[in-house]
Amino acid sequence: MHPEPRTAWERVQLARNPARPKTLDYIDGLIERWVELHGDRAHGDDKALVTGVGSFGGRSVVVLGHQRGSDTRENLARNFGMPRPEAYRKAVRMMEVAEKFVLPVICFVDTPGADPGMQSEERGQAVAIAGSLYALANLPVPVVVVVIGEGGSGGALAISTGDRILMMENSVYSVASPEASATILWHDATKAPEAAEKMKITPPDLLEFGIVDRIVAEPPDGAHADAETAIRSVGTCIQTTLEELDAFYRTDRSYDRDRLLTARAEKYRRIGAWHEDRPQLTEVYSDVAEA
Amino acid sequence: MKDWFRRHHPPSFQAVGENNREIPDDLWTKCPGCGELLYQRELEVNDWVCTRCAHHFRLRAPQRLAQLTDDGSFEEHEAYLRPADPLQFVSATESYREKLEQARKKSKLSEAMVVGTARLNGCPLVIAVTDFRFMGGSMGAVYGEKLVRAVDLARERRLPVLTVSASGGARMHEGMFSLMQMAKTTAAFAQLGRERLPHISLLSDPCTGGVTASYATNADVIVAEPGALIGFAGPRVIEQTTRQKLPQGFQTAEFCLQHGMVDMVTPRRELRPVIGNLMQLLCGSVPVAS
Ligand SMILES: [Zn+2]
Repeated sequence: MHPEPRTAWERVQLARNPARPKTLDYIDGLIERWVELHGDRAHGDDKALVTGVGSFGGRSVVVLGHQRGSDTRENLARNFGMPRPEAYRKAVRMMEVAEKFVLPVICFVDTPGADPGMQSEERGQAVAIAGSLYALANLPVPVVVVVIGEGGSGGALAISTGDRILMMENSVYSVASPEASATILWHDATKAPEAAEKMKITPPDLLEFGIVDRIVAEPPDGAHADAETAIRSVGTCIQTTLEELDAFYRTDRSYDRDRLLTARAEKYRRIGAWHEDRPQLTEVYSDVAEA
Repeated sequence: MKDWFRRHHPPSFQAVGENNREIPDDLWTKCPGCGELLYQRELEVNDWVCTRCAHHFRLRAPQRLAQLTDDGSFEEHEAYLRPADPLQFVSATESYREKLEQARKKSKLSEAMVVGTARLNGCPLVIAVTDFRFMGGSMGAVYGEKLVRAVDLARERRLPVLTVSASGGARMHEGMFSLMQMAKTTAAFAQLGRERLPHISLLSDPCTGGVTASYATNADVIVAEPGALIGFAGPRVIEQTTRQKLPQGFQTAEFCLQHGMVDMVTPRRELRPVIGNLMQLLCGSVPVAS
């Protein structure tokens, strides 16, 4: 662990560091017999979101993950990790595979957000994201999510509604990027560092809010400085988490669908804060008695 | 037992007629569609649809409830939920608390979401309506919680759910709590779906961001009002990021119909019979509480 906790803005910088391990690095380090599967069977293959099957810790799994590029050329090919609708439709297709063959799903989250272009709108970006959320809400196998870099808004959430959400120490997860938040709420894009702080987007904040479940420690200088160690830590944490979910939900040949889905819904249901000046029960009864 | 709540608690909004006019006290209203000056009485009678160009004016939640539900049948639930300020949010230009106070004054609502039970053409249902006037209909924790409780109620009483949305998306001031409402509401509607109870979603102007990308399009039937702006990214965001001017009619309800994103575009006047019919047809095999 870093001696001093890093500021939110420092973590944003680390989360976006181009040398930081990305989804395919984690797959390379953790998934054996990996086969990438392409395409949504309707429109195309979106390289901003990688999907496939492989073996993790001796069991078959489905893996989904946003993929950024390491250089400009790859970033253009991968649209800077910003998925278009066909990416989410590909993800849903893979969830169907996961359900059919009872394979746990591991999701790696690392995107600035969903693609906001005209073509994405024409092909139903909102409906595609909603579809992925809905499919996850109905998916009767364990879903473990790891935020490895930047968790940007709905585009990240679409593949991160799971049973356990892990977050790397120097990753961030936000409703809008610090730059967008600064523009909207400060009316000044240069206030991004302040926005990063105030919007509470770091792992400790989100752990406290009950939005994420576990923080994965990174090497002292960050995941990019010692990728191998970072990848191994993530692997260990996923393994522990899957075993824990097995202990709770595993049945003979499958998972307890009702309990798993109810627990997932309850997990999200608890998230929020509000005031509730509900009428007192005594009041109710006295009223009924009067009538 | 139901009535206690109504008697003990004021509704989260003022009743229709008290403070629901887009342009109060004016006899004439200028139509944003055709620029014509319209007599307000005439507009009211016509459900706030322009008699010249059929432009659909935005409706407030109480107006929408009056338009879609049988007279006197709406009973509000969860009116006592009030937003908290989980991030203690203050920026250089605003604080969430002040923003909420302004929104309350301006909209006469306690939140952007109003939920309850009602009847539509005699059929009981759970209805959840967004009011765009309350912070752009943005979805925060109370919005999500009210909606989820409404879905619980529907499951408990085995009623169909009608949602009416008009929202700019997640409420920034509640940060990640807001984003999570997309997952929370979707999970609730997935439960409703597993229990084979229908969800009909009406999208009205404007509907973008996290609401469109979650429960509002996770519906068995998606109905859109003519001319409504519907999309993920707002038009300004698209123009700024792509540096392209959007063509006329981009992201309208008609555009969405053409691109296969919504089931139908239905004029306001026809919503009641169309939705009523759909509800009955979809509930066909399910015993519905009377
Ligand atoms: Zn007009």
